Amino acid sequence: MGAIAFDMPVLAFAAPETRFAMRKQHAHLSDEALVALVARADEDALAELYDRVSRIAYGLALRVLRDERHAEDAVQEAFLQVWRSAGTFRAERAKASTWILTLVHRRAVDLVRREERRQTDPLTDESETAQAPEQTEEAAWLRFERERVQAALKQLPDVQREALELAYYGGFSQSELAERLGVPLGTIKSRMFAGLARLRELLDESTQEGSWKPEFTS
Amino acid sequence: MEAGIHELSAGYALDALDAHERDAFEAHLAECEQCQQELESFWTTTAALALAASGPEPAPALRERILADARAEPRSNVVSLDSRRRRLAPALGAVAAVAAVVALAVGLWASSISSELDDTRSALAQQQATAQILAASDAQSIALSLGEGRVVVSGDGDAVLVLDGIDAAPAGKTYEMWIVPDGDIGSANPAGLFSGADGTAIERLDGTVEPGDVVAVTIEDAGGVDAPTTDPIAASDPV
Repeated sequence: MGAIAFDMPVLAFAAPETRFAMRKQHAHLSDEALVALVARADEDALAELYDRVSRIAYGLALRVLRDERHAEDAVQEAFLQVWRSAGTFRAERAKASTWILTLVHRRAVDLVRREERRQTDPLTDESETAQAPEQTEEAAWLRFERERVQAALKQLPDVQREALELAYYGGFSQSELAERLGVPLGTIKSRMFAGLARLRELLDESTQEGSWKPEFTS
Repeated sequence: MEAGIHELSAGYALDALDAHERDAFEAHLAECEQCQQELESFWTTTAALALAASGPEPAPALRERILADARAEPRSNVVSLDSRRRRLAPALGAVAAVAAVVALAVGLWASSISSELDDTRSALAQQQATAQILAASDAQSIALSLGEGRVVVSGDGDAVLVLDGIDAAPAGKTYEMWIVPDGDIGSANPAGLFSGADGTAIERLDGTVEPGDVVAVTIEDAGGVDAPTTDPIAASDPV
């Protein structure tokens, strides 16, 4: 940051604040700073957060719920949760985007269990191929990340990948999975733990090789 | 630690625990630092799974609905949880079903386990005072013309600085805040010190901010000074 002399106009004659200037200013803030402003009832900060995370959040909710209306409900309820509880978020414990996606997923799973609306397709299905060519840098980054995660998933033993995908994308609980797959509950718990720990390791490795964009900057 | 319950951290991060095990794990989680760290780390992994699910853009109307709902909700929520609960719309009643879980999740993030108790108490008191200023219905948000962040000023002139993208103050130095009447730096009044950490600082200013004042931040020797001796690293538009 360059040094600014005290007598420069920046201090004395700054232009009046405008709505546009606020949004523009928000665009430069970190996700975590936006959450801090949301806790202060800053609607523009909420809008900016939504713009950064909504595509991923909606994609996740749609993946779990397979229904646009329900997916919208999950995203809406999660963002209102963000609006209400942003004051309790502490950036030293987690990234803001991780927190928001955790809230969205929890709502989606809650809804899917209530609706008995389950889907079990593997991850690489039409949602990957049906998309238009990626235009923006953001979209290209998303595509890169998706491929990176899919590549990591493919390296997992089949039974571990199956347990993770059915749980996270299908909304199945551990006991439901045990019944569905005809294996003891303890086996499902072990698979899920080993699978998620291994996936974490694989993603850490590929982060070191490639580029993990630190936040959803716009 | 019992191996069995530790293993549930994965199922919890995936939202795949059955209700009774979820309760058991949360009870355990409150006591187990290792599981808290494991869970935070697993949440990063599940967020990557969320990215991999990406699909079409949501309808534009969803954005408008969310913002309209947020606007419709009176903002005492930073201060009063109880009044917030009473205001839950019936359609959102389902949220209550997972409220305990969400409360725990945010509570986990909220707890600063490594802090010493006194620090925590003092920080909490400071946070409450800050929250009250920032939640004031008559508060206005002022852009920074230098640096990234905002200054929020209540109708009474109490002010909070939100400063983004800073580093911790160098050894032997401190950040010092100033209230600068009419932007005239010669009459700047000291408004408090903070050491900062990497990331975002949220600091309440000592003193009252009047219309036309500018809020500025300089780096000074530890302990602070009576008048700024360096160029500001951040400054607001006039209030």
